[in-house]
Amino acid sequence: MQSLTDIEKHVLNDFQHDFPLVARPYQALAEKLGTSEEIIIETLNKLKQEGFVSRVGAVFRANSIGASTLAAMSVPEQEIEAIAKKINAYSEVNHNYKREHHFNLWFVLTASNEHELNAVLDDIEQETGYPVMYLPMIEDFHIDLGFDLDFNSNYDVESAN
Amino acid sequence: MSKALLQNEVIILDELDRQIIQATQSGLPLVPRPYHHVAEDLGVTVKEVIRRMKAMKDTGIIRRIAAVPNHYALGYKGNGMTVWDVPSELVNDLGHKVGVLDFVSHCYHRPRFLPDWPYNLFAMVHAHNRKEALLLVDTIAELLGKHDRGHDVLFSKQILKKTGMRLL
Repeated sequence: MQSLTDIEKHVLNDFQHDFPLVARPYQALAEKLGTSEEIIIETLNKLKQEGFVSRVGAVFRANSIGASTLAAMSVPEQEIEAIAKKINAYSEVNHNYKREHHFNLWFVLTASNEHELNAVLDDIEQETGYPVMYLPMIEDFHIDLGFDLDFNSNYDVESAN
Repeated sequence: MSKALLQNEVIILDELDRQIIQATQSGLPLVPRPYHHVAEDLGVTVKEVIRRMKAMKDTGIIRRIAAVPNHYALGYKGNGMTVWDVPSELVNDLGHKVGVLDFVSHCYHRPRFLPDWPYNLFAMVHAHNRKEALLLVDTIAELLGKHDRGHDVLFSKQILKKTGMRLL
């Protein structure tokens, strides 16, 4: 267990939706936090290495490019690893989670168009031998302003590594 | 144009937009001039990269640019996909109400898949633990009131794959 420094907390929390689109964005962040560009870059590097930050970059809207869908399968527990491996082998699959439910495998598929998407879904069904439930997004209600991290609670923060 | 108007429309991106997405989706380089780096790789000016990214932000293709936190590593271990069966004619109104809650990171209308799956509203909640997550579920249930005809929470047990969006 380790704790985050103040600068780390600010870097994590303060720029979740307005990371600057200027030539020297880290310099701009540094000015807002009253520190140096070097320290901001160093802090982000450290947060990334420790697994607290997955990346610094653009978050793209789901479904804005090509066709995508959320898909789920219900597979026997003893087969889940093998089936997940088969599903993950598709480059069209970008997320795959094991969840506690009758539908225990949940993944997101993205393809260049609907036709291709359906072909991959058919393929996965054939290769795994289990039906796929597909739930494409109809409407996105969330105004994504980032997520206010609560650093005031006394919860364990541990490295993801 | 408002972002809402873009919901189900196809937005035309040209080759350079796609290249910029591809070059930045897995992260900006942690160097003093990250957009210069991208511009150099693509053989365009940094002004053009920034202009295109601003335009994609305005049209909502880029939701935000950020240091994307890993909730799990930061102590958020109760991450649940909450799913709700609400009347179809009310799903838009109710979705907007749930989507603005600060503990909800994603909120979508998705089709039911009957008879196996009666739920048409999805909301991801993030809490420090399960107990706390279940309190958030109660908060949503209260908000939906009698329109909540059934719900469930699916906690993630394991991340089996997580990569950026694949490009075409």
